[in-house]
Amino acid sequence: MMDYEKLGLKSGLEIHQQLATVHKLYCCCPPRVRDVKDSCFEFFRYLRARESELGEVDRAAAEQAMARKKFIYKAYDTTCLIENDEEPPRPLNGEALSVALKAALMLNMAPVDEVFTMRKIVVDGSNTTGFQRTCFVASGGYLETALGKVGVDTLCLEEDAASKIEAKGDTIVYSLDRLGIPLIEIATAPDIHTPAQAREVALYIGTLLRSLPEVKRGLGTIRQDVNVSIAKGARVEIKGVQTLDLVEQTVEIEALRQVNLLAIRDELLARNARIDDEVFDITEIVKNTGSKVVKKAMSAGGVALAVKLPGFRGLVGKEIQPGRRLGSEFSDRAKRAAGVGGIFHIDELPNYGITQEETDAIAQKLGLGTNDAFVMVADAKVKSARAMDAVKIRAREALVGIPEETRGALPNGSTEYMRPLPGRARMYPETDVPSVDITREYLEKLKKELPETLPEKAKRLQGQYGLNEELAKGIAYSPSSYGFEEIVKAYGNATLVARTMLGTTVELRREGVPVENLAEEHYKDLFKYVAESKIAKEAIPKVLAEMARGADIDVAVSKLGLGGVGEDEVRKVIHEIVESRKDFVKEKGEASQSGLMGMAMAGLRGKADGKLISRILKEEIQATLKK
Amino acid sequence: MAGYNEGDLVKVVKDGHEYTGVVMPSRTDKITLKLKNGYNVGLSLDGTSVELVEPAQALPKPERKKHPHKPGLPAISILSTGGTIASRVDYRTGAVSSQFTADDILDAIPELTDIANFNGKVLSMIFSEDMDTATWQNLARAAYEEIKNGADGIIVTHGTDTMSYTAAALSFMIQTPVPIVLVGAQRSSDRPSSDNAMNMICAAAVATSDIAEVSVVMHGETSDDVCSVHRGTKVRKLHTSMRTAFQSVNVSPIATVDYATRTITKITNYTKRGERELKLMDKMEGRCALIKFYPGMSPDIIDYYREKGYRGIVLEGTGLGHVSTKWLPVIKKAADSGMAFVMASQCINGRICDRVYSTGIDLLKAGVIEGEDMLPEVALVKLMWALGQSAEVETVKRMMKADYSGEIHWRSTL
Repeated sequence: MMDYEKLGLKSGLEIHQQLATVHKLYCCCPPRVRDVKDSCFEFFRYLRARESELGEVDRAAAEQAMARKKFIYKAYDTTCLIENDEEPPRPLNGEALSVALKAALMLNMAPVDEVFTMRKIVVDGSNTTGFQRTCFVASGGYLETALGKVGVDTLCLEEDAASKIEAKGDTIVYSLDRLGIPLIEIATAPDIHTPAQAREVALYIGTLLRSLPEVKRGLGTIRQDVNVSIAKGARVEIKGVQTLDLVEQTVEIEALRQVNLLAIRDELLARNARIDDEVFDITEIVKNTGSKVVKKAMSAGGVALAVKLPGFRGLVGKEIQPGRRLGSEFSDRAKRAAGVGGIFHIDELPNYGITQEETDAIAQKLGLGTNDAFVMVADAKVKSARAMDAVKIRAREALVGIPEETRGALPNGSTEYMRPLPGRARMYPETDVPSVDITREYLEKLKKELPETLPEKAKRLQGQYGLNEELAKGIAYSPSSYGFEEIVKAYGNATLVARTMLGTTVELRREGVPVENLAEEHYKDLFKYVAESKIAKEAIPKVLAEMARGADIDVAVSKLGLGGVGEDEVRKVIHEIVESRKDFVKEKGEASQSGLMGMAMAGLRGKADGKLISRILKEEIQATLKK
Repeated sequence: MAGYNEGDLVKVVKDGHEYTGVVMPSRTDKITLKLKNGYNVGLSLDGTSVELVEPAQALPKPERKKHPHKPGLPAISILSTGGTIASRVDYRTGAVSSQFTADDILDAIPELTDIANFNGKVLSMIFSEDMDTATWQNLARAAYEEIKNGADGIIVTHGTDTMSYTAAALSFMIQTPVPIVLVGAQRSSDRPSSDNAMNMICAAAVATSDIAEVSVVMHGETSDDVCSVHRGTKVRKLHTSMRTAFQSVNVSPIATVDYATRTITKITNYTKRGERELKLMDKMEGRCALIKFYPGMSPDIIDYYREKGYRGIVLEGTGLGHVSTKWLPVIKKAADSGMAFVMASQCINGRICDRVYSTGIDLLKAGVIEGEDMLPEVALVKLMWALGQSAEVETVKRMMKADYSGEIHWRSTL
């Protein structure tokens, strides 16, 4: 466990939440996500951008690259000319604005008095106009966590972008269904200091948003980005962190990655490591290799190039986060800059079909010492050269520290390089959309419509359903709280339901049961059957486990052999048990209950309620004693 | 609140919250700030303190690149009348400024420098709906001068709203041996998706081709694949906003231009480069009107124009070319007094035929002439031009029934 305070860990979250308002943000289309095979129309465009703040090194080259990119757009019978950039936008969606303002008020933020829609230049094709429409709504808020206040810096209302369907060479296909769906973007201050706190903040904001009925529910409707830095490291933005657990894991593993990179840096400096500019052509050495990758490049008329990294031996292959090494960073850069499939480095060779002999030959050609490393690539000539340049750049950065980057989240909590941190956003007013005044009266009206706060909810659950404080809080702060109230109103058993949702699922997860597959419907079915005595409460964990693995409730019940038995059946079984142990009962009297209870449960566990079994056993024992 | 100006960096404190930003122009009583993150926000001024942090800085002028001419390329003159074919965005202030000079346009669309050597003249910087006959005449004269001085082609940048009117006017006022191409942008040129560059590049390809007509070059499809070359007398803006707003009516476009390859694919016949001799006939009679008829409309409007001394009227009638029979005596009176009447149709598509129904026959008897398959707007512009060429009503009527610049096709085909 790292000492995050000592490390000076700072983290912030950026949450994007889709809304399920009647219309999209700037047109009257429904905010519906579609299946791309239902697209009824397709067209393509090119985009042009001017000024130099593209975040790229060479502006002219970047513009030329963009001029070649063809964007194909898929339209639907639920998208209109506004998504196609063929008609001016409609005024800002008032319903969406009211939801954004409510969220802002619940986060103790100060809304502005006049909301302006801006055009934020985005030229990756995900906006047909070449810009995203976005408004600044509120700032200066906070939320409370176990470790203290975390500031909520900004809340913006903006349109979602088209979703990428596929990318092939210079052509990218986008789907217009998602374009224009309203998004609330909430950015916290970098006041988060531990991974666990990051999870807590994500949970809090997620649950708060879900208390607003116009917020979209379901997979993919909320996107979480995390930024992380340690005192001696650098600010890294990590995009697309899918789950709450991953939020915590990603912060933790990014801190680890930065610590490890700094350690590598220190070691490199101690070794006087450097980067040689020269790029060696090693095509001759590997022209007869068994490596499939290299062979493929060679037969297509490509080359194999290598660069020398004096002092880097053993460090390129050093793991910096689970499943990734410094070499993985080199590889990411090469892939992004040059479009190559990947690189090889000495620390992982011989492997991938490249022999020890070939490795030694390369080392010799480059004049490597025992502490030196090489990185090589095999691809078309121009791409290979670009790849080697990218590797050199990243290797140089390794001597300095942590590069500021935008990275993508991976399922195990590690991250991969995506692109440099964005430069200053290019924004100018969206003059086609009038500004909107936020009056005091309007805010007062919204305040009256706010859903209860989470602490208020916890208190109410305690009082209304007789839950203890811990359970009440657990349910209030969990996304399943709606399901909870619905189920308890229908089937009662508040404490049992709460314990199941909060405790049982945690235990099951520890046993490796895929509890993330459980939805509100599963719990509804479960407690309906419990209320109907079809399932005893002792059977709950097993039934949940089966449902998590894909079974529906009836399949689970029959598979587990639970049929539930009626009282007569229970009495019959217990009568037999008591009869067969008559002597034991006569000897121990009423105290025989505890001994026989074990046998009774073994035969009836899950098929009947424990209390019922206990009662009937007692009756049978008393009856026998009377005889 | 005094003490600050547009462009100043100020700090506003409101209810304990601080906002630091540059003061932007505001249309209300609120102060508008551009925050450091780029967003504009509006803050009300009661209970607020505004503190000057830094006065407005003189922003450095954007660099103006020079575009030297390349040997061997044709010489094209760009005449700007006001449409925004190019603009610049200053992200620091959010201001969008239109660019009209040839150098500015070449800055925005550098591909043009591979197609031709450009010279430019800014004739006016007005919305196209504010143009009048004087604007058209200036334009015709300027184009005439450029061609006389050796221009191999002319490009006119124009607002799309009335571009087809101007195209018609030029078609009549100039007999041209070289291409004269009108071009505009349907989607504002400050946005990366604007059709400005594609339209302009295709226009340049046409201006250097042998299509020696007055034409309108705009997107042919919603995709960025081809532009259409429309004859200037046969084109109409048929959509308020789409890239494909401009369509040829009653005929096919002359040609299409493939954006990626700049290849021109011919569809119909056209006047070739050098076939016609340069001639300027720029007189126009502005006292003409276009009247769109609807059921129940009063013919008083005809009397009004007659009393005002108007010389010609184009009627945008219904169907094959009809107006209410109640109008007949009013029209006859005006025609007898020397006014020219031409019938066009609000169907837009199709040809006038006043020889089928009795109303039509009566209109002919009253002195109205059939406008054939001319667009109503084109008929209006032609009538102004014809009355400018001759004061004789009968001569004018003959001119209206003759084809000068492809405005009339004698055969209607699918």
